[in-house]
Amino acid sequence: MFSYYFTLAIRSLTRNIVLTVLMISAVGVGIGASMTTLTVFRAMAKDPIPGKSHQLFAVQIDNWGPQPGRANYKDNLQPQISYPDTQGFMNARAAYRQAAMYSTGFAVTPANADLHPFIVTGRATYSDFFPMFNVPFRFGGPWSPADDRDKSEVVVIGASLNDKLFGGANSVGKTVNLSDHNYRIVGVLDKWQPEPRFYDLNTNHFAESEMAFIPFTRAIESHVGNWGNNSCNSDTQEDGFEGHLRSECVWLQFWAELPTAADVQKYRVWLDNYASEQKRLGRFHWPNHTSVRDVREWLAYQHVVDDNVKILVLVSFSFLLVCLLNAMGLMLAKIMGRAADIGVRRALGADRGAIFTQCLIEAGVVGVAGGLLGLGLTSLGLLGLRSLLSESVGRLTDFSVGDVIIAVLLAVMATTVAGLYPTWRAAQVQPAWQLKAQ
Amino acid sequence: MLKMTHLAKAYRTEVVETFALRDFSIDVKSGEFVAVTGPSGSGKTTFLTIAGLLEEFSSGEYQLDGVNVRGLNDKQRSKLRNEKIGFIFQAFNLIPDLNVQDNIDVPLRYRRLGAAERRRRVQEALGRVGLSARGRHYPAELSGGQQQRVAIARALAGSPRLLLADEPTGNLDTQMARGVMELLEELHGEGATIVMVTHDPELAIRAQREVHIVDGQVVDLAAAPRRVAAAAG
Repeated sequence: MFSYYFTLAIRSLTRNIVLTVLMISAVGVGIGASMTTLTVFRAMAKDPIPGKSHQLFAVQIDNWGPQPGRANYKDNLQPQISYPDTQGFMNARAAYRQAAMYSTGFAVTPANADLHPFIVTGRATYSDFFPMFNVPFRFGGPWSPADDRDKSEVVVIGASLNDKLFGGANSVGKTVNLSDHNYRIVGVLDKWQPEPRFYDLNTNHFAESEMAFIPFTRAIESHVGNWGNNSCNSDTQEDGFEGHLRSECVWLQFWAELPTAADVQKYRVWLDNYASEQKRLGRFHWPNHTSVRDVREWLAYQHVVDDNVKILVLVSFSFLLVCLLNAMGLMLAKIMGRAADIGVRRALGADRGAIFTQCLIEAGVVGVAGGLLGLGLTSLGLLGLRSLLSESVGRLTDFSVGDVIIAVLLAVMATTVAGLYPTWRAAQVQPAWQLKAQ
Repeated sequence: MLKMTHLAKAYRTEVVETFALRDFSIDVKSGEFVAVTGPSGSGKTTFLTIAGLLEEFSSGEYQLDGVNVRGLNDKQRSKLRNEKIGFIFQAFNLIPDLNVQDNIDVPLRYRRLGAAERRRRVQEALGRVGLSARGRHYPAELSGGQQQRVAIARALAGSPRLLLADEPTGNLDTQMARGVMELLEELHGEGATIVMVTHDPELAIRAQREVHIVDGQVVDLAAAPRRVAAAAG
């Protein structure tokens, strides 16, 4: 019977084109608006490292003490930590894997004289960074813990930098000049772009991943500067690079991999003990205040999904609701206009269930058509957003096959739900009354 | 075939109860052609809609082809209606966006017959009413008489045990009405049971028996129906 009902739906919808176009437009516009905002929201809110996000933890410790009126975060913790704490954390090796890191950048001087020097973003970190964050390699691999210890002049470069300097060939073992220092390439990354870039959310939540990674120890040794955020308590600033390292300025990120809940619990205890130790040493003069947050908690803490986007999603779904109410009204008008036909069908043997199914399939067809129109409008909406937003956020507006399926399913489900009342009314048509009224 | 005993149908509002039928009894035998007459508002159409299982009754008994219809749910009533009853309406009640074949096909669809069987029945019914060449026409492309023939074909396609006709010639001119009436007589001659509601005494007199309804009650189920009919006329 499905094909019969489907044919009837098509015939019914083509009988009154204007009404049909209005219904499909109402659904399509609602779907277009809601899917446009939902696509951006989902991209912003998605898990950047699925399967591992609950094992990776951003570590915080309060090295400034209470900051009445000056704290940026409600919990009075800074999102970054100081150099002395990174060293304390790294030396303790209390986690299964751990990496301190900071954002930097280099001037690349290509060996090929035809290419002009150019700037790339970089990151100083530890060898654990790569296995910890599941970073994929096209050639070679990460440097070794020995390289961390020996402050080796080694580098892992990104795929596009490798393409630019070496035409995409395996460059492992070759040398690249970064800010007047030669680094031996040990690995070339495959395409890697965690979105959001959870491990460092201090500048742009959706910044591209870096093109050059060097050992943290080498970077400190070479006084490679910080390109990220740097916050200093005015009481603790010192001059010069070495002074900066000794200071309580917070400018580094620290991540720990803790595979089990027991590991997390142990780490929390260890971190608390570390803070107590700092207090005993006279560095902290306030109650211990530390935090370990997994990736999801970290993204929420850092407000990666803009509150405005959340409001926009809410508004657009309210708009969808209004559109669906309009579609429902139109459907009701259409179905009640066909009450006589329904009465005839009932007289000829259709039970209420048959009429209900027939009308519901018609609503479903409107939903599919509205969903397809909505897809087109979503593409246009995302295109518009791309031209308005920065490149890094605009990149999020890609529409996947999954999004297409969601849009059509949402349209069909929403329209079917909106069609329930008109359909129920249709099934309640009293054939005797309709036929007497003829 | 159709037996109603002390049947009543009341329409109730908060303040008033109106009986469309009261203490209504009728027994239509298999193969009979019965005309139901009566003034406007007498309850003829209510009788027909109850007989056709389109409406529930308030009290009494109704047996259709040996089945007691009291207490049947919507699905059971719809199935019984589809299998046992063919309707012919005054206003034809063809579905305008279906062509002739598809209109005739409607009750067969609800009976869930196979495509080949449906096709065979549609062609047979069309042939029976002399409209084999009009299968792909839409109702709006046909005359009133042709539309009523399509409606009769639709009623016949399901091979019903009972044909219920509500003023089948009411919307037709004399010539077309004569053609439709001859078709009904022909069907009766072939053994069909027909109950026809009509205002027209000339049509009623052509039925085998006439039942006259006044104020929701059968005035006379005369053994000699022609006298009743003549009196009514």
